[in-house]
Amino acid sequence: MSVTNEEYRPLIVAFCCNWCSYAGADLAGNNRLAYPADVKIIRVPCSCRVNPAFILRAFQRGADGVIICGCHPGDCHYTSGNYYTRRRMALLFSMLDYLGIEKERTRVEWVSAAEGAKFAATMNDFCKTVAALGENKRLEDLRCKK
Amino acid sequence: MQRIGVFVCHCGTNIAGTVNVEAVSDALRKEPGVVFSTNYQYMCSQAGQDIIKNAIAEYKLTGIVVCSCSPRMHEATFRKTAASAGINPYMVEIANIREQCSWVHKDTLTGTEKAIILGRAAIAKVNLNAPLTPGQTPVTKRALVIGGGIAGIQTALDIADAGFPVDIVEKKPTIGGKMAQLDKTFPTLDCAACILTPKMVDVAQNEKIRIFSYSEVTEVHGFVGNFDVTIKKKARYVREDICTGCGACTEKCPQKKIPNEFNLGMDTRRAIYIPFAQAVPKVATIDPDHCNMLKNGKCGVCSKVCTAGAIDYNAKDEFLTEKYGAIVVATGFNPIPMDKFDEFAYSQSKDVITSLEFERLMNAAGPTGGKLLRPSDGEHPHTLVFVQCVGSRCEACAEKGKEYCSKICCMYTAKHAMLTRDKYPDTEVYVFYIDVRTPGKNFDEFYRRAVEEYGVHYIKGMVGKVSPEGNKLKVQASDLIENRQIHIDADLVVLAAAIEPDKSARPLATMLTASMDTNDFFTEAHPKLRPVESPTAGVFLSGACQGPKDIPETVAQAGAAASKVIGLLCKDQLTGNPCVAHPDEMMCSGCSNCEKVCPYGAITYVDKEFRMPDRTTKVRRVAQVNEAVCQGCGCCTVACMSGAMDLKGFKNEQIFAEVDAICR
Ligand SMILES: Cc1cc2nc3c(=O)[nH]c(=O)nc-3n(C[C@H](O)[C@H](O)[C@H](O)COP(=O)(O)OP(=O)(O)OC[C@H]3O[C@@H](n4cnc5c(N)ncnc54)[C@H](O)[C@@H]3O)c2cc1C
Ligand code: SF4
Ligand code: SF4
Ligand code: SF4
Ligand code: FES
Repeated sequence: MSVTNEEYRPLIVAFCCNWCSYAGADLAGNNRLAYPADVKIIRVPCSCRVNPAFILRAFQRGADGVIICGCHPGDCHYTSGNYYTRRRMALLFSMLDYLGIEKERTRVEWVSAAEGAKFAATMNDFCKTVAALGENKRLEDLRCKK
Repeated sequence: MQRIGVFVCHCGTNIAGTVNVEAVSDALRKEPGVVFSTNYQYMCSQAGQDIIKNAIAEYKLTGIVVCSCSPRMHEATFRKTAASAGINPYMVEIANIREQCSWVHKDTLTGTEKAIILGRAAIAKVNLNAPLTPGQTPVTKRALVIGGGIAGIQTALDIADAGFPVDIVEKKPTIGGKMAQLDKTFPTLDCAACILTPKMVDVAQNEKIRIFSYSEVTEVHGFVGNFDVTIKKKARYVREDICTGCGACTEKCPQKKIPNEFNLGMDTRRAIYIPFAQAVPKVATIDPDHCNMLKNGKCGVCSKVCTAGAIDYNAKDEFLTEKYGAIVVATGFNPIPMDKFDEFAYSQSKDVITSLEFERLMNAAGPTGGKLLRPSDGEHPHTLVFVQCVGSRCEACAEKGKEYCSKICCMYTAKHAMLTRDKYPDTEVYVFYIDVRTPGKNFDEFYRRAVEEYGVHYIKGMVGKVSPEGNKLKVQASDLIENRQIHIDADLVVLAAAIEPDKSARPLATMLTASMDTNDFFTEAHPKLRPVESPTAGVFLSGACQGPKDIPETVAQAGAAASKVIGLLCKDQLTGNPCVAHPDEMMCSGCSNCEKVCPYGAITYVDKEFRMPDRTTKVRRVAQVNEAVCQGCGCCTVACMSGAMDLKGFKNEQIFAEVDAICR
């Protein structure tokens, strides 16, 4: 990270379910819909595979925002996975907020395989929101820094 | 330690236009575990794949990272390449630097930087990959259909047509279901028996189909391709193999006053009976609750009149266990009971009937020989009132009715009204409705004919009360369009009762670990894309057990379910998805958290003996995943508080490693 803040870019980890959102991200690519390179995608079979520990780890290692994308409610490839995601993340995000990781740094978003435009728009918006908040210093474990 | 090879693809200029591929392969060469890194114009081409194969041989690679297009494009290609060069296909990971990098970023500097990070994450993951082998299970090439209505019949015929043996288990003495009780059918008004009974005969004559009538499924074990099912053949006290269906016994039995369920209690049958003339199998059945011989040993008339010697008063329930590769649920529906709807006086007057009873009254083989006569006095009714949505779409009355639309009543009420006016032009027919819902092919035209051609009075409004007075039924109703109260002196009131799944469906769903909605309709694996499969692999859905349906829809779904079954039974072996859940038994506390969230019922428990440090042994309950059933969603891994459950191919440590690599 640069010392002067003018070039500050947030680090964003995006967990995308294989069946809808990862395909939605691919579609954004096919249509050349740009969004910031700050977003790095990790592919998971279903949004319900995302363990809260993964998110804590990301913040600990210096991520500034974490977003989980899954199929729309009712459309999960495994029928009910995203309902679990919704409930688990609602709890986790309010706990993180309490710890000082503002609610704006975390997000669950439903993006279907046909919604390339929504994927790009969501990422643009999320990057802007997180960038406005600046660096995540609350949970970052400085010992992890090289 | 892995020996990883990294292969960066240019994809012509698709990637190389925005990403400095040379810089990427140079940077990734320094990552832990990497022993070889290169870049090439088209990695997926034959030449590109040869580069990978040669590198595997030359550098003794154990893992591969391809930085290229989306894994949804070429993951399968590169896995095959790896396999052909002798390494496990699941040792390949793709870094998506096209769709998720070069195509969405314009600046070469940031594009290159991100491509390196994505490559790093893939390398971190491969370092922790383990070879995976998909499980293979053989398939029993026989299907079971539970329920012998039109849904089950059609499914069985279609499966048998493809050459696979099918068994139908039907709890009643005959197959046919509700359709066998109908008179004429919308929207074409062909007679139900004329189109159904030939199909029933086809079933009876088909060498591939066995019918277990008067039977129920009592136990289901196993999984897709390999179900073990126990079928209870209830004692019918008549030997099916000997009875010729002549019916002599049913004429001589002295026990005459038993309500005939096939005619919904509107006439009577004997203690030994054949439900209707075209029953399949056409075999008599003794009703043990009413037979004198079975109750107190006094009678035996039927065995005397039966020239074939088919009667066997000592018969017992039989249990048999059969193997199946696939199971189709076709348990259908029933109209809900009307006893809670006192406002319509169903239990007070015989002349308030349900629509299914009306079907029997209009049916030439019914209790009145097809003449429309009042059940109370056998008189011809002049004024008929039909009430739609009785117990349907009833949010306020959830304790006695249903919230959903029963879907078929608008159409069959239009049919009943039309047939009445057609046969008896001297009648006045009123239909009370909330909405008329007719979205099927030729359905709206059908309903409009009832109004325009047959002069049926359709009134938007609800019937508030029906009170029997003398030989009339006083109907009080509201007309919502004209905003006034209406009083009609009716001779016959017909209630379009809501429909609900068969009561036996829920225990059956439990046996099958198939899921149901809050109304006890079976749920499909995906509401749009997998409408005839249940979420439980190998269990399929046909007909009204999945939701209210008319006959055309039922038959379409029955055929679709059959084709899914055929697709499954065509396979000799089922190749599983190796990315399945796997519990660490040492860490598992047997808490059941994982079992509760699994949508497929893949998790069960076993008691296992563990050696303790002090050399004693202890028996503990631990989770066990059936790899043929698990679909690999990973929901259980998060529910597991002990951290015992993990998902192969997407292990916790692999995802942590990816997170770490990205956040480095
Ligand atoms: C009054 C009325 C009029 C209708 N008119 C028309 C019409 O004109 N046109 C039209 O298209 N549709 C009409 N329908 C709808 C039609 O009846 C259904 O679409 C059709 O019967 C659905 O077939 P099914 O096989 O799914 O269910 P069902 O006909 O209910 O058959 C289910 C079968 O499974 C058996 N079963 C249940 N549980 C078990 C178990 N646990 N083990 C073994 N066997 C079991 C039952 O005994 C039954 O034989 C009408 C319905 C009603 C009520
Ligand atoms: S034995 Fe039973 S079934 Fe047979 S004639 Fe007598 S009462 Fe009827
Ligand atoms: S991964 Fe999904 S399907 Fe497999 S056992 Fe776990 S919850 Fe069930
Ligand atoms: S949730 Fe974890 S500890 Fe509990 S039974 Fe399942 S694997 Fe075992
Ligand atoms: S598969 Fe997309 S959220 Fe479950």
